[in-house]
Formats: sequence, C-alpha cells, structure tokens
Amino acid sequence: MANFLLAAAVVVLTTVALGMIRVLRGPGAADRIMAAQLLGTGGIAVLLLLARAIPMPGVVDVALVLGLLAAFVSVAFVKAVGGPAPGDAERAGGE
Amino acid sequence: MTLTFAFDAILALALVAVAAWTTAARDMFAAVAGSVAFGLLMALVWVRLAAPDVALTEAAIGSGVTGGLLIAVGARLRRNGASPGAEPPGAILRCTAAVVCGLVTVGLGAIVLLSPEPAPTLAPLAARHLPQTGLGNPVTAVLMAYRAIDTLLEVVVLLLALVGVWSLAPDRYWGGRPGMQQHEDPNGVLAFFARLLPPIGIIVAIHLFWVGSVAPGGEFQSATVVGAMWLLAMIAGLVDLPPIDRPGVRLGLVVGPVVFIVIGLAGTALAGAFLAYPPGHAKLLILVIEIPVTLSIAATLGLLVVGPPQRMPPG
Amino acid sequence: MSFIRDGLTIGAVAVGAFFFLAGMVGLLRFPDTLSRLHALSKADNLGLGLIVFGLLFQEDELFPALKLVGVWLLALLAGAIVAQLIARAAIRDRPSA
Repeated sequence: MANFLLAAAVVVLTTVALGMIRVLRGPGAADRIMAAQLLGTGGIAVLLLLARAIPMPGVVDVALVLGLLAAFVSVAFVKAVGGPAPGDAERAGGE
Repeated sequence: MTLTFAFDAILALALVAVAAWTTAARDMFAAVAGSVAFGLLMALVWVRLAAPDVALTEAAIGSGVTGGLLIAVGARLRRNGASPGAEPPGAILRCTAAVVCGLVTVGLGAIVLLSPEPAPTLAPLAARHLPQTGLGNPVTAVLMAYRAIDTLLEVVVLLLALVGVWSLAPDRYWGGRPGMQQHEDPNGVLAFFARLLPPIGIIVAIHLFWVGSVAPGGEFQSATVVGAMWLLAMIAGLVDLPPIDRPGVRLGLVVGPVVFIVIGLAGTALAGAFLAYPPGHAKLLILVIEIPVTLSIAATLGLLVVGPPQRMPPG
Repeated sequence: MSFIRDGLTIGAVAVGAFFFLAGMVGLLRFPDTLSRLHALSKADNLGLGLIVFGLLFQEDELFPALKLVGVWLLALLAGAIVAQLIARAAIRDRPSA
C-alpha cells in the first residue's frame, strides 16, 4: 500500500511538473495563474499521499496551509493583472 | 531505482528547471508566478527532508506572503509607469552575479557532501532537555526556549522592516492609510470569497498555534495565515486599512516585541539570564509570549505587503 | 475486510491520479484559455476528490479523516472561486467575443 501511494505521488508530481510548461509558454497571465493553481492542488494531493505513505506528523497541516495560501496568491494575481474590479464582470455593462 | 529515489529525482529536476526559467523570464508577472511555484516545490522538498515545520513556513511565508508582496510591488510599479526590465543589467553585473551564485552553490554542495558522517548535531542534547520546557515539539523548544533571543530579534527585525517601508512614503502621506482604496462589487465573487475564507483561515491558524507545542506549527505560521486572510479581506474591499498614525495600529504592532522583552527582563531577575524561564513555568510563559507576538507578526506582515501610506491622513 | 479497504483505496487513488493526468494534458493541449480552465477544474475537483476519498479508507480515527475532507473542501472552494475570476479576466481580455 505504501509503495502504491508513493507511486501515485510520483505520477501526480510528474503531471504537475509537466504542467509547469504552461507557466513557461502560456501566452497570457491567466494561463500562468492556472498552471500555478494546478501546482497548488497537485502539491496538496502529493502531500496527502506522502502523509500516508511515509508517516510523519504535520504533513496534512502543510497541505492545509498550502491550500489557503495558494488561494490567496491566486486571488492577488487575478486582482493585479485583471485591472479594476475583476470580480464583477457582469455589472461592467456586458462584454 | 526505488520509488523514493524517482520521486526525489523528479522533484529536484522540476526545482532546477523552475528556478532556471524564473531567472531567465522576461515578463515580471511570469517571474513572480515562477517564484511562487518554486516556493511550493520547496515545501515538498522540506517534507521529504523530514522538516514539516520548515515546510509550513515555506508554504506560508516563502511562497504565499512573499508572492503577494512581489505582486503588490509589481502592480504598483506598473501603475506608476515604471517598466521593470526596461534597462537590462550590464554584462559585468551579470557575470559577477553568476560567479557569486556559482561560488555559493559550490560552497553549499561541499558542506553537504563533505561533512563527516554522522554530521555534527545538537539534536540529542535538545531532545534530552525537552521535558524541562514542557513542550513536545523540539523545533518550538529551540525557537522559544533554547534560542528565544533569535526569535525576539527576528520579530524586531520585521518591525524595523515595516518602519523602513513606511519611511518610503512622501511627507504629505505620512500618517495616512496604506494602499489604495479598493473598489469591488460587494455582491461579487471576490467579496463572497473574502467573507467565506477568513473564518476558515482563522480556525486553521488557531489550530496551528495550539498544536505547535507538540507537533509542527507555531506562532509564525499561524500569524502568516491570519495576515494572509486580512490581506484577502482588504483585496476584496471588505475592510480598509487604518491610518498608520492611529494608536491602536501602533499598539498592535508593538505589543508582541514589548511583551517578549518584558518577560525576558523578568527572566533576568527571576531565573538568572535574559529570556531564561523559571523552572516549571516555561510553557506558561511561552504561551504568554506567543499570543501577542502572533498578533504583532500578523499585523506587521499584512502592512508590509500593502506598503507605505498612499492616501492623505484623515483630518 | 482490510483487503476491501485497500482495494477501494487503490481504485480511487488510481482514478484520481488519472484525472490529474487528464487535467495536465488538457492544460497543455487545449487551444485557448477557457478550455484549459475547464481541464484544470476537472483535475482540481475530481482528481483531488478521488484521492482524498481513497485515502479516507486508510484512516482509523475520525479527526484525521475529517481533516482530509476539510482539505478537499477548501481546495474545491478555492478552485471554484479562482476559476471564476480567471474566466472573467480571460473573457475581458479576449479581443473578440
């Protein structure tokens, strides 16, 4: 079981590492934010798998903090590149 | 080839690739995204090196708050018309930077590879005296008992950094509110998120603070989460920052270091050395220090990210 | 009994990892921002959700299991919000509707 979970962690890590290519290429800021978001979620998945495969206290807490702070950074990104009020495009008079 | 080796190899390759690309990136926001990604990967590395406390701090401060700080700075630079990268650094500067980075890398590699087996360590000594501190987490014991003076100095340095950032404000803005007024739809997606996440974040922060005495966690990570939640509420326009000359703000920033120093001086009188704890009271005193320090650090980090005052002081 | 538990864990985690793979392929291969966002949110929700679901069977105590579910719910919430924000920014920046 531990070996299987470790193998799954390797798969998810490789997936996420390859997804970083979108950070490199992504023609827009939105693409880069998405790749960083994938890394955040993938990192959480890897941490949860590692927590069970190689028992160590506190790893799930690291995943929790990762989730919170990744959300914060993504929001900061969108706010910074999105211009004024990216959160309410519906009220901008129709796009 | 075992699975753990495969995992570590992929992690190391991804780390180097992201670092190289971030250094070579042309667009500033791309570089910031790369450095946030680097921080996340580093958190995984710390977990693999059996240092979950450091992983917590890396994910929270190294990746999260520093990323927020870089984004805020980048946005301000762009708004003021400065274009980062307009004047590329000269060849001499780049060569010097390359040489210095290379030397540091070689030096660190030599230390790691050439250190005697087993590497010299104080860990058994720290573990042997752990019961006297009343704590179960040796990292917290090092931070708050054995080397409390270092933690005190770190807290003071953070405060001095904030004063330095504030000193960048033009004279007419001194005492005003930091950052610009945020205009967000109070019924929009962002405001909804900023109402929902901070309570969750505060619960997680309290959990981290409390569990830090026996498991990975502690006041720095807890304070960082609180600071990030405050920044989120500010980004969404739900709360506005107070003017920096308000006494409440200054009190909140200073109460942590002051309590730390007062207890340290009391230790001189009661236990024989600065920041020594009287036997049997160590855990209680550490708790009394940690609560105001968490508040101060959260406030300091939040204000650091927002920057110097940019609006006229009220009245 | 433990054989069933382990089997469920392996099954769920394997499918979850597959969704992560699918999300990555979509992120790299889909032609424009919005369709990539679609692929990303599949990885976020289903990939992580199935992995958490599989890991739940390995937990013996309640509180750690609740923490796992809590992590997934947090990632779900954050993923949904960020997808919304990114999509609106992408729409506004698109040259033609």
